[in-house]
Amino acid sequence: MSEQKIDGFELKPGFKGMASDTGSDQTMFKGVHWGKAMMWIFLLSDTFVFSCFLISYMKGRGSTIVDWPNTSEVFSLHVGGVPVPLLLIAIMTFVLITSSGTMALAVKYGYEKNRKMCGWLILATAVGGLTFVGMQVFEWSKLIHEGVRPWGNPFGAAQFGSFFFMITGFHGFHVSIGVIFLFIYTYKVFAGHYDSKKRGWFTKMKGDYVEIEILGLYWHFVDLVWVFIFAFFYLW
Amino acid sequence: MEETNKMEEPNKQEEQTSTQKIGIYLWIWGLLFVLSFFSYMVDWYQFQGMLRWSLILFFMFLKAGLIMAFFMHLFWERYALVNVLLWPMTAIACFIFLMNAEFQYTLFSRFFYFVVGGA
Repeated sequence: MSEQKIDGFELKPGFKGMASDTGSDQTMFKGVHWGKAMMWIFLLSDTFVFSCFLISYMKGRGSTIVDWPNTSEVFSLHVGGVPVPLLLIAIMTFVLITSSGTMALAVKYGYEKNRKMCGWLILATAVGGLTFVGMQVFEWSKLIHEGVRPWGNPFGAAQFGSFFFMITGFHGFHVSIGVIFLFIYTYKVFAGHYDSKKRGWFTKMKGDYVEIEILGLYWHFVDLVWVFIFAFFYLW
Repeated sequence: MEETNKMEEPNKQEEQTSTQKIGIYLWIWGLLFVLSFFSYMVDWYQFQGMLRWSLILFFMFLKAGLIMAFFMHLFWERYALVNVLLWPMTAIACFIFLMNAEFQYTLFSRFFYFVVGGA
């Protein structure tokens, strides 16, 4: 994404380029749209939030003297009377990865000014995200029905519930916000706001397909966080 | 007048952004599916102990790396951006290290006072 030229400035590759970019006048991130740079900074701060959650989970799980609930049993689903471990979580993982792939393609078609493909792919991403949130609602209600509470549960260590609801809840909140924006951007793409360079709300910035990449960064981040939650909370 | 226009649109030169070939995205997509399947298999076959943890971490870091490098385009970004994003992660690594020592101490205290009953 960075093969552009900037007048009067030599873009050096690698670490030399990093030194000259950082030491140059004005912008440090050469050729990167300011919105994209800001989204990256936001995602960095969000990384710290989720890291704090996962690290406190590590500390809580490591220091309890009661056995931690066996996640592969707690999160199993019964299919025809046979318990299948982590079935719902596995499906949720695949749904989120699918939506991440459609988002990546939407960004690509957006830059190629292929309005229809871009719009349909963002819509597919939104539907995937909605499916994910729906399955999470099912998972939550199932666990609440089985007696899991933030202060205790019938399966083992009492801390399990509070970490589960906090970590997956915060992630699910991110997915929900993402789905809302995906639907808004579906409308904006189909309405041609990025071809006609229509200005957005709260900003004088003219519509540009780079906004799809910014939205994509957020959505891939949501998928990225799920990779870590899946590994540490469900599989560990 | 020209000045304000420049302030508003500093990235004129960015308009012809090159896009990657579709094959790269499809390959990464496929790889993510395969890696997720493998990490699910870790639980399916109930691997335990170090084998389980190392496999989980291996697949996790591979998936995270693929998503960041190709889906989030970090592979093609300039080092000025990449380094700003990746170096703060060392602070998180330090935090993990500190809290690792902390939970062992908490666990020790709990066993000492709750189970053994103190000195």
